[in-house]
Amino acid sequence: MPNFFYELHFYLFGLFAIASALTFVTRKSPVAAALWLVSTMFSLAALYVMMDAHFIGAIQVLVYAGAIMVVFLFVVMLLNLGHPDELSDLRGKWGRLAAGLLGLAILAQVMALSRTRPEASLVQSDFDRLAELRGENAVAAIAKPLFSDHLLAFELTSVLLLVAIVGAVVIGKRRAST
Amino acid sequence: MPYDLGIPGQLTLALAPDLVLLGGAMALMLVAAWGPESAARQRTVGIGALVLCVAVLAMVIAVAIRQPSAANGVIAVDGFRWAADALFLLAAIIAIALSIDYNPREGILAGEAHVLTLFATGGMMLMAAARDLMVLFLGIELMSIAVYAMVGLNRRSPRAAEGSLKYFLLGAFATAFLLYGIALVYGATGSTNLAEIGERIAALGLSRSPMLLVGIALLLVGFGFKLAAAPFHMWAPDVYEGAPTPISGFMAAGVKAAAFAAFLRVWLEAFPGVYTEWHKAVWWLAATTMVVGNIIALQQKNLKRMLAYSSIGHTGFILVALAAGTPQAATAFLFYLFAYTLATMGAFAVIIAVGQSGGSGDRIEDFHGLWHSNPGLAVAMMVFMLALLGFPVFGGMGFFAKWYVLQAALQAPAPQTRLAIILVITSTISAGYYVWVVMVMFMKQRATDALRIPPMPAMTRWVVTASVALILFFGVYPEPLVRLARASTAVGIAPVDGGPASTAALQGQ
Repeated sequence: MPNFFYELHFYLFGLFAIASALTFVTRKSPVAAALWLVSTMFSLAALYVMMDAHFIGAIQVLVYAGAIMVVFLFVVMLLNLGHPDELSDLRGKWGRLAAGLLGLAILAQVMALSRTRPEASLVQSDFDRLAELRGENAVAAIAKPLFSDHLLAFELTSVLLLVAIVGAVVIGKRRAST
Repeated sequence: MPYDLGIPGQLTLALAPDLVLLGGAMALMLVAAWGPESAARQRTVGIGALVLCVAVLAMVIAVAIRQPSAANGVIAVDGFRWAADALFLLAAIIAIALSIDYNPREGILAGEAHVLTLFATGGMMLMAAARDLMVLFLGIELMSIAVYAMVGLNRRSPRAAEGSLKYFLLGAFATAFLLYGIALVYGATGSTNLAEIGERIAALGLSRSPMLLVGIALLLVGFGFKLAAAPFHMWAPDVYEGAPTPISGFMAAGVKAAAFAAFLRVWLEAFPGVYTEWHKAVWWLAATTMVVGNIIALQQKNLKRMLAYSSIGHTGFILVALAAGTPQAATAFLFYLFAYTLATMGAFAVIIAVGQSGGSGDRIEDFHGLWHSNPGLAVAMMVFMLALLGFPVFGGMGFFAKWYVLQAALQAPAPQTRLAIILVITSTISAGYYVWVVMVMFMKQRATDALRIPPMPAMTRWVVTASVALILFFGVYPEPLVRLARASTAVGIAPVDGGPASTAALQGQ
């Protein structure tokens, strides 16, 4: 399948994701930064769809770009942090340097890792994968293992989210009497 | 009959103690949220949490006696898990008992404090049980998220807010490392099951795969943060100082023990095939942690910070047992964790008792001449300090804990002689701050303007008395505990040569 048209779009979305992410971390205004993050999420969703993971692509848009970022923007607006120019930047020279070095290290690591191939015997062939997707559909292919093999992990995730909510409420709740 | 973990019903049975704890925690959460916050409700929830912990502890002991087993699955059913569970529940019982008295004093009236402790304990129990990297990760997060909130419970204290935020940010950072490491290990081996990872590393000859090695290194960094091993220890002193004192103790004992239990299982079940590669990293981690923790502890004037650095030092001592990697070392590891839990929680309990006079109770001045005003507290603190130091007789089981770790390090097939030497030297250094506390209590005069320390509330008194009694009892007569620890790790842990045979580690067959 890798024809020129496919490759062109794949790298286009990839570049757009990286460019948006870079713009996201360099913006001073929280609202602008959040919108650039939405654009990163959309590009990633496009990449997922191009890799035949349609369901994950859809969820990416619905959950991250939709729900989470909207709530994020609400919080930014409700907190009313003031004019972006008046915000002090916490990131000093050394912070930037360290972040740059860490970024370079991760880039080098990704380069090195992309040279190694996973064990051939562990990789499911494209043919098998496509057959599986056609036989059922993208949602069933995810739902089946989620509710059978990974049932325990799924249930534990719900407990985890409950604890996160309880923790946030306990810390954030206004005191009844002081 | 071994459990078949593929069947949901059998999986539920294998997880029964964990599920009872989590379910009970949810019920208590409702009790806590049912009406307005009050000291009485806080106490009710606290006592409910205590009863629940004791019940689950009884359940764990009952299950451990039956010695069930399971084929490879997402959950381990073995003696090591039950021993670790008992340890976490002990830490939780002590922390909740101390919190019941401490929280209202500090204006923390939320009953949810105890509920979060229970959830954190549930996370720890899952960490000790997990034989799948995904379940392990969820256990770590369940524990960590509950503890982030517990550190920030005291909303009136800026230090608590600082500690909570610091712990949250650095914890999230460490989580990213863990997750990235897990992803790479999965990418290299195609499995998240610990036993399968171990088998595939051996069968496919992956021990030189860069993806696997980078993944293991990232996992080591992630665990290093959770253990507070140097150089990933920066957060510990600020967080321990800012957290409510019972929670500091819970973190120093329970959270650390849970991270260690998971670390031990992952390293010895999944990665014995790459022993030679990780051994060097763990060696250096142990050596740096021992030196950094004990030397910086010498300069601390605040007892909570001092105990934080001392706990970093102890992380190093326990890592020595891990580096040795023999069955004997695993026994020493459990024994050490038990002694360390009692002594650390006891020391934090004494700080709470001294803090009743109105101050924070964690400045060294608060301990000046304690012997003249409160002889009982002074003697208890002396036992805890000497136990942490590993002093014979008066330090009780602390001495044997260090002795067993040393013995394990020296008698391993590949003797860790240099680590053992560093252990002895840094232990000697640690006398500088442990004995100093004892000295100021007995030899200094109490400041004339020092506030009188009222008698301890019932729960705190029970915790202090029981800890002292247990430490001294097992110091004279350690045999039963050693036998238990040995039985829990009967199968043995990774052989040092690191062959495929070692995948049977910890399986409890």
